[in-house]
Amino acid sequence: MADEKLVKELEDVVIRFSGDSGDGMQLAGNIFSTVSAVLGNDISTFPDYPAEIRAPQGTISGVSGYQVHIGAHKVFTSGDKCHVLVAMNPAALKVNTKHLTPRSIIITDSDSFTKKDLEKALYTTDDAIKELGINNPVLAVPISSMCKESLKDSGLDNKSMLRCKNMFALGLVCWLFNRPLEHAEHMLREKFAKKPEIAEANIKVLNDGYNYGHNTHASVPNTYRVEAHDHDQNLKGVYRDVSGNMATAYGLVAAAEKAGLQLYLGSYPITPATDILHELSKLKNLGVVTVQCEDEISGCCNAIGASFAGSLGVTSTSGPGICLKSEAINLAVIAELPLVVVDVQRGGPSTGMPTKSEQTDLLQAVFGRNGESPLVVIAATSPTNCFDSAYMACKIALEHMTPVILLTDGYIANGSASWKIPSLADYPEIKPNYVTKDLLEKGWKPYFRNEETMVRYWAVPGTEGFMHRLGGLEKDYNTSVISTDSTNHQKMTVTRQEKINRIAASLPPLEVLGDKDDADLLIVGWGGTFGHLYDTMQQMRQNGKKVALAHFQYINPFPANTAEVLRRYKKIVVAEQNMGQFAGLLRMRIPGIELQQFNRVKGQPFNVLRLIEIFTKMMEE
Amino acid sequence: MCEKQYTAKDFKSDQYVRWCPGCGDHALITSLQKAMAELGVAPHDTVVISGIGCSSRLPYYINSYGFHTIHGRAAAIATGVKVANPKLTVWQISGDGDGLAIGGNHFIHALRRNVNINIVLLNNHIYGLTKGQYSPTSPRGFVSKSSPYGTVEDPFRPAELAFGARGRFFARCVDVDLANSAEVLKASAQHKGASVVEVLQNCVIFNNGSQSNLATKELRDDNAIYLEHGKPMIFGKNRDKGLMQEGFGLKVVKIGENGITEKDILVHDAHCEDNTLHMKLALMEGPDFPVALGVIRDVEAPCYDECVHQQIEEVKAKKKIHTLEEFLHTGDTWEIK
Repeated sequence: MADEKLVKELEDVVIRFSGDSGDGMQLAGNIFSTVSAVLGNDISTFPDYPAEIRAPQGTISGVSGYQVHIGAHKVFTSGDKCHVLVAMNPAALKVNTKHLTPRSIIITDSDSFTKKDLEKALYTTDDAIKELGINNPVLAVPISSMCKESLKDSGLDNKSMLRCKNMFALGLVCWLFNRPLEHAEHMLREKFAKKPEIAEANIKVLNDGYNYGHNTHASVPNTYRVEAHDHDQNLKGVYRDVSGNMATAYGLVAAAEKAGLQLYLGSYPITPATDILHELSKLKNLGVVTVQCEDEISGCCNAIGASFAGSLGVTSTSGPGICLKSEAINLAVIAELPLVVVDVQRGGPSTGMPTKSEQTDLLQAVFGRNGESPLVVIAATSPTNCFDSAYMACKIALEHMTPVILLTDGYIANGSASWKIPSLADYPEIKPNYVTKDLLEKGWKPYFRNEETMVRYWAVPGTEGFMHRLGGLEKDYNTSVISTDSTNHQKMTVTRQEKINRIAASLPPLEVLGDKDDADLLIVGWGGTFGHLYDTMQQMRQNGKKVALAHFQYINPFPANTAEVLRRYKKIVVAEQNMGQFAGLLRMRIPGIELQQFNRVKGQPFNVLRLIEIFTKMMEE
Repeated sequence: MCEKQYTAKDFKSDQYVRWCPGCGDHALITSLQKAMAELGVAPHDTVVISGIGCSSRLPYYINSYGFHTIHGRAAAIATGVKVANPKLTVWQISGDGDGLAIGGNHFIHALRRNVNINIVLLNNHIYGLTKGQYSPTSPRGFVSKSSPYGTVEDPFRPAELAFGARGRFFARCVDVDLANSAEVLKASAQHKGASVVEVLQNCVIFNNGSQSNLATKELRDDNAIYLEHGKPMIFGKNRDKGLMQEGFGLKVVKIGENGITEKDILVHDAHCEDNTLHMKLALMEGPDFPVALGVIRDVEAPCYDECVHQQIEEVKAKKKIHTLEEFLHTGDTWEIK
């Protein structure tokens, strides 16, 4: 252990592991965040990786990063700037200079800063640090050569030895932050369970990295410690680390269990949504059916077929996939079948930026189908909120016989956080609107509705007496047979809209956080930006500003009190990662409302310091 | 399966059938309702899924669970229904446009996976509902509203496509040939796995006469051959013509001529794993060869829908954890006390 006297206590710290996309930075970052979470820190992570699996080695385009934010208290974002940057090569250093503060510590692998490496990363001189104009403390460590030295007796070939260098860096960072290695070792043994020699090699290098830090600690200013949570009663419980995509998958399973239904996922692999398919495919022991379909359309159609047959039909996708599914989603709208569509938003248009995050599918989700096609749109607000949002998406789909689009995004889907494992007993019941025998006496037809909710009844194939035909053609309100009658079409259009509108009554009201009674500025956001906007609001309040936040999870319909809440504030800014889609929706739904906008479409999470700057300026105007 | 005896009437819905007078769909639905009754599966355990097109209106006229879906996607939706609940008997009704053009991808993958659905492919070689454009099965040079100078592309031959996708069941019938159609449809439902029945169908409005050489029993006697597993391939009004193998191909021979007796005639083996001869039979066409009708190929293989659930049961038996909450408490967890 490092000399206690040199340990500096921090409230929170941000570490960014970066290197070539083959350098194992995601693994190093993931182990570090889990180790910290197990110690009782709160965590938030942000994997930032290129679309290419292996871009040319050592180039700018091949840089992969994994940012970890750990805190003594709750952390809401993966952090703006990093306190420690691990840069395994010159390209990683160059790409990440923008994430440095003047006091960030840089750890580099000095073996990978040769002339050739510098040229690949398009440096023009042979001094990378000087060329980038940075004055930060740099810990230049010959990681590659020490890694090879560490494993010289292991019998591994050169390439395999060098694959362990991420563990040297991890070991060094663990030393720097006072993290014991036991849990990291345990994770490596699990990961390489089938290759024990690889596990042991990684563990040896990890320890050597740690010891290197220990033995040379005089050469860095401090080591750090982030203390564990303050243990208030609400925090008590059993925790695990979870990414947004995992939480989405678990939320779907939870809802299926609660409703007593088979979960059926039809899906086609697409970044960054594929992990939902991966997670659910593992859970066969929970009775989950997953079908990897021939295309996106089939994924959605499979889910619709399964719903028609009485299962909870779900399809997961991103970006271009949601376009392909539109026609099928519309079939579920007119057939009034339950369907959950998970859209993990990514940079667009077209193929766009598959590994980067945006909120640009909002209006497509709300409106992007032919005809008047109302459905429910929910947006998850954080990695752990994906669980609750997925659960609620299923509940609404099943109880209101409607497709629900659940919007998450690449940032919260891949980011992870520590999560208190919920008890399903605390979640509301899910009761689908099934047909009952007595309806037959009332002359039941497939589009007969519950008059209060306007929801039609679900008759599942295999049920005697309820044979019926659904379809994409307009149906008569009373007889449920094909109809092109103009008055009937008007009535059915209004009915489908009214069915969705009435869901608002069962939604939790829109909540205002912060200075809700006297805010001079109301920040409005939706979906995955919650952490950044909340942090921004809190920091502005600490600076003495009167600020509040209204963050939307339910997009369509809006919570019933939306207009009333927003009209209370004189100055409102809508912050979103698109060109103003939510602001536009608010203006359409709340006539006369005045809004300012903050829009960024950079594929990267918001930067809290920048938000504070902009919002403060808005308040002064 | 149900013990109750059904009649074709049990499978008739209360809807007025709106196809054009003389359309082959009228004949086909009669055969299908007869086949359904003979299969003995209850109407409430029967599901009919269709895409878009004239023939895809069919589910509205069958008293069962039915779903008239979107263009080309019937196979994908039928897959969802069958995999969600393998106990249901699932029929897919598609035309040549719905099944082989816009829905070609789902068609081949349903066959490849071998989902236990019965695909009825109504092939009239034309787009009817959009009023007369060429389809992916229209012959080269076909003149239509969208090809006034004739098409310059080759058609799909459905059997070729089905076999290329590893189809294990392929049969063919003629719309107006009610008795044989019913038999073939029944056989397709009894086959475990994805089955395709190509119905050669007349479009009385836009492609009238495309099936004219098979339109009557007399014409079929000479221009078609009914294949039956285990039976010699004999045809003709006088049952004096037969098929023999010659080199890599087939040839039509006359029994009694050149010393050829019934014993020399090929015996149909629908269950043969190798599809080479099935393909040759399915691709025969006039004037030199008879058109093959009946069950051309019928080979057993594991069904996707069954395998999906079998695997779930196997994993359930192997793993102790069967609820989400138990699962969430395994692996890397920690407690804050």
